[in-house]
Amino acid sequence: MPSSTRGCGFSRGTQGYAVELHVISNVVVAVIVGGLGAAAWRLRKSLVWRGAGRELLRRRPIALAVVGLYVTVALLDSISWIGRSEAGRKSEAVALHRPGSVIDRLFPADFDEKSYSAPFAHTEFYGGASLRYAGRHPLGTDILGRDVMHLTLKGARVALLIGAFTSVIVIPLALVFGVSAGYFGRRTDDVVFFVMSTLASMPGLLLLIALIVVLGRGTLQVCVALGVTSWVGFCRVVRGETFKLRELEYVEAARALGLADARIILRHVLPNLMHLVVITFVLLFSGLVLSEAILSWLGIGIDGSWGQMIDQARDELSREPIIWWNLTGAAMALFGLILAVNVVGDAVRDVLDPRTLRERL
Amino acid sequence: MLAYLVRRTLYGGATVFGVLVFLFLLFFSVTTPDDIARKAVGEKAPPSVLEQWKANHGYDMPLVWNPRDFMETMLAEHFRRMLTFDFGRSDADDTPIADRLRQGVLPSLSVTLPLFSIGIVLGIGLSLFVAFFRETYIDRAGVFLCVLAMSISMLLYIIGAQYLIGKLFRWVPISGFDSSPAVIARFLALPVLVGVLSGLGSNVRFYRTVFVEETSRDYVRTARAKGCTDTQVMIRHVLRNAMIPILTNVVIAIPFLFTGSILLESFFGIPGLGAITVDAINGNDFATLRTMVYIGSLLFIAGQVLTDVSYALVDPRVRLQ
Repeated sequence: MPSSTRGCGFSRGTQGYAVELHVISNVVVAVIVGGLGAAAWRLRKSLVWRGAGRELLRRRPIALAVVGLYVTVALLDSISWIGRSEAGRKSEAVALHRPGSVIDRLFPADFDEKSYSAPFAHTEFYGGASLRYAGRHPLGTDILGRDVMHLTLKGARVALLIGAFTSVIVIPLALVFGVSAGYFGRRTDDVVFFVMSTLASMPGLLLLIALIVVLGRGTLQVCVALGVTSWVGFCRVVRGETFKLRELEYVEAARALGLADARIILRHVLPNLMHLVVITFVLLFSGLVLSEAILSWLGIGIDGSWGQMIDQARDELSREPIIWWNLTGAAMALFGLILAVNVVGDAVRDVLDPRTLRERL
Repeated sequence: MLAYLVRRTLYGGATVFGVLVFLFLLFFSVTTPDDIARKAVGEKAPPSVLEQWKANHGYDMPLVWNPRDFMETMLAEHFRRMLTFDFGRSDADDTPIADRLRQGVLPSLSVTLPLFSIGIVLGIGLSLFVAFFRETYIDRAGVFLCVLAMSISMLLYIIGAQYLIGKLFRWVPISGFDSSPAVIARFLALPVLVGVLSGLGSNVRFYRTVFVEETSRDYVRTARAKGCTDTQVMIRHVLRNAMIPILTNVVIAIPFLFTGSILLESFFGIPGLGAITVDAINGNDFATLRTMVYIGSLLFIAGQVLTDVSYALVDPRVRLQ
């Protein structure tokens, strides 16, 4: 799902393509919200999950609220439709054919300036053209005159997309390989373990770079590369836990009753791995977003990410007078998300994993 | 014992084989030699130029099967180059890759070695301090600071340090490198500082977990009961016993000292292996890139085999299955 960033300039030829993309994006949002709602509805009766949820909310209300805020912004930025934005008085004909998200519509269509504007500035910079929206850019504008606040808000979607999309690749892969290695053992385990140790022996960042250079640059490719480099750790955890579960009495009882392997795995092993899935997802997330920032700096990241904004703003620190707002917007947004996710992640691990509970003195 | 050594080494060799096969799939099947050549000579180059480039860079053999001579394939050539440490020439500027690697190792080590040792000493010291005050406000604040430090992107550490120390205070140069030892310290101060700072959060948190885990053991209670002071318990008993998990963690990281830090080297203009990697990305230099991945994994595998073997030699509790 390439982002529908302003200024992409969809020509008439690609119009149909653009329409499809934003429709897909809307459907994905509906599926995510619906899926989460359905999951919550099903789990509401489960004492374990409801208790864990309550405990999490009690321990870390602020961090959860911050994460919720980011998710809301990202979802709002994913719902888009074609049409004149309310404030878009001067919006050109092109704007009518370009899908704009809810976030886009919060800003006037011609909000861009010709060049830099400091936050809430009333005077122009470097003797450029006079400002169209003097004093109305809360975070100023960048060198191309784009509003930094707008770009920063749009970055939330890219960051969450990286985490969610990579997890969609990593979690099934790790579950299939880890459970089959741990449950069947012997040859299956040997093969999976060999693949894991091969992948784990390659330095993470180097492998990531090699994969992206070979696969090409783009959202999908970056997520696939991040998935390939990060599934091994999760797979190892799943394999070890399955080893333990296989020896437990209830699995033995299920086997004695003559249940098929597939049924035992689905009914008795997988549900007992779900807390690991949740913990890994949250702990993996911040690492993925930080990796993308590094990739952006190397020039192989995802368009519109905070990493790219930081990279572009780097040289502007040496200008005189110094242009700091550009860097600050992206950096604070990135920092806020990672911090909130890290705090929530620790709490999730404490709540869901009985082992750490015991070790916490 | 000997059987264990042989088996462990053979498994290491098998992993190297796996890495080589993976690299072949990635760099010769996913991107074919044609793709690499087209990126080098340009999309619109005539086929003759393309073929010439492939011949010059040794990409002109069949991929896996040659009916005339089965050694004359890309697969065999890939294995031969990697296993004999020949590596061939760079796709971008034709220099022998092995020479560039040899030149890059020292600058890389000059950053990573001080970074690594200072990081360990500082990390262990701070985490001992925090673990000493466990379950107090000092501990809580320490852990929170760690999470805070972990949440800041490495990019921001670099940009911040370059701006504050290099530009505003003008204590040390912003970036650069020199071969004379007297000047080099001034250039290395900033990258080492940034490297230590950015790794400190996760290090302290990890070591603290280890220490706190150790302090709940029985021998700590025994030591207290004997009348040891808290400091004695921490230094003599807890630190010594915690050394095993810490050493494992530290030894694993040693091989990667040689491959350098990609971010630090390119930001601070240090001509090490990390900078070579960045050049390879920008210049579509596939030959150098796959060599770097291979070298990195080779070092890692060798380090792991050595660690396992030395454990088996030293620690009688390790069972040789």
